Amino acid sequence: MAEQGAVRLLDIFLVFLRIGAFSFGGGLTGWVYRDVVQQRQWMSEQDFLSGMAVSQILPGANVTNLSIYIGQKLRGTIGAFAALVGLLLVPFFMVIGFFLIYQDISHIGWVAMATDGVAAAAVGLLMLTTWRAGAQSGRNLAGAITVIATFVTVGLLQLPLLPSVLCIAPLSIAASRKHGPKDAK
Amino acid sequence: MRSDVLVKLIVVFVPFSLAAIGGTPSIFASIHHEAVEVQGWVTAREFVELFAVSRGAPGPGSMLVTLIGWKAAGFIGALVATFALYLPSSLLMLVIAKIWGRFSGRPWHSAVQRGLAPVGTGLMAAGIFAIFKTAGAGPLSWIVAIGSAVLLGLLPKVHPLLLLVAGAMIFIACDTLIGARV
Repeated sequence: MAEQGAVRLLDIFLVFLRIGAFSFGGGLTGWVYRDVVQQRQWMSEQDFLSGMAVSQILPGANVTNLSIYIGQKLRGTIGAFAALVGLLLVPFFMVIGFFLIYQDISHIGWVAMATDGVAAAAVGLLMLTTWRAGAQSGRNLAGAITVIATFVTVGLLQLPLLPSVLCIAPLSIAASRKHGPKDAK
Repeated sequence: MRSDVLVKLIVVFVPFSLAAIGGTPSIFASIHHEAVEVQGWVTAREFVELFAVSRGAPGPGSMLVTLIGWKAAGFIGALVATFALYLPSSLLMLVIAKIWGRFSGRPWHSAVQRGLAPVGTGLMAAGIFAIFKTAGAGPLSWIVAIGSAVLLGLLPKVHPLLLLVAGAMIFIACDTLIGARV
């Protein structure tokens, strides 16, 4: 494994720049794993998985959180920002570029249909993620109730997000304390 | 007036950044509510378009927010919205990353992990609901969505971008062949 401080800042930046630029269709975490653990051996698999768990628990995009975790592990605060900026720089300009192209061609009849098709398929990918997450987190009664309560509060009633989460999350955490670690995945 | 919009972008997206438990799909429902119904930065139709474009482009899917910023206040709006969404959660992550390892194995550590998971799941379900509700999604949208989910579930090696392209082709084909407004 690379020792702390042994990896150059520029290398961190460039690796994440490449991951960001070529990450069409999502699945960025897989690319990060391949680059950081398998190819460059910047960190152990154990470190990576633990970092991935934290990235998912904490608020924010999972992959930006993961890049912060890796960058910080390698080179501290500045390493974290090298990774984050690298990851977002190209997609930032590309998403705007894609949108400008889209605006130019959006009057063509079939483009609107294509857009709906892409959106529907993308929603499908979200459904799969949600289904998998639900199969894990909704296994016990408290978890299932939390999933439904959150969906109703934020999705159906459209109550403000942060206060809703701040009410539901502590209750859910308190409830999951009662289940022993045997329930833990 | 423009700086008003920039402040609004910050006021809206910073709390969302810190509430995006389980990843940014969890805040899509709220982003939609604010951007379309409360602030009027984009129409319901535009929201679906921005969602599709951001999914077709590289990078995290949450760069939908960059485009909402762009629609609201041009390039500077895109920049402000992007920072507002990614910076707060990143700073929190940075602080936790520095101390996290020390706490693993403690009982509350795994209780937090287990307790937050269903909240994230519920939020993601709300996001799906919000996108389909505004899209005025017909049966074809549901078929394509569920079809992609099942296909990727059964064949995890399929590149997601292929499914997006397939979704587009199916819609175009149905439109030209049947002429059905779906």
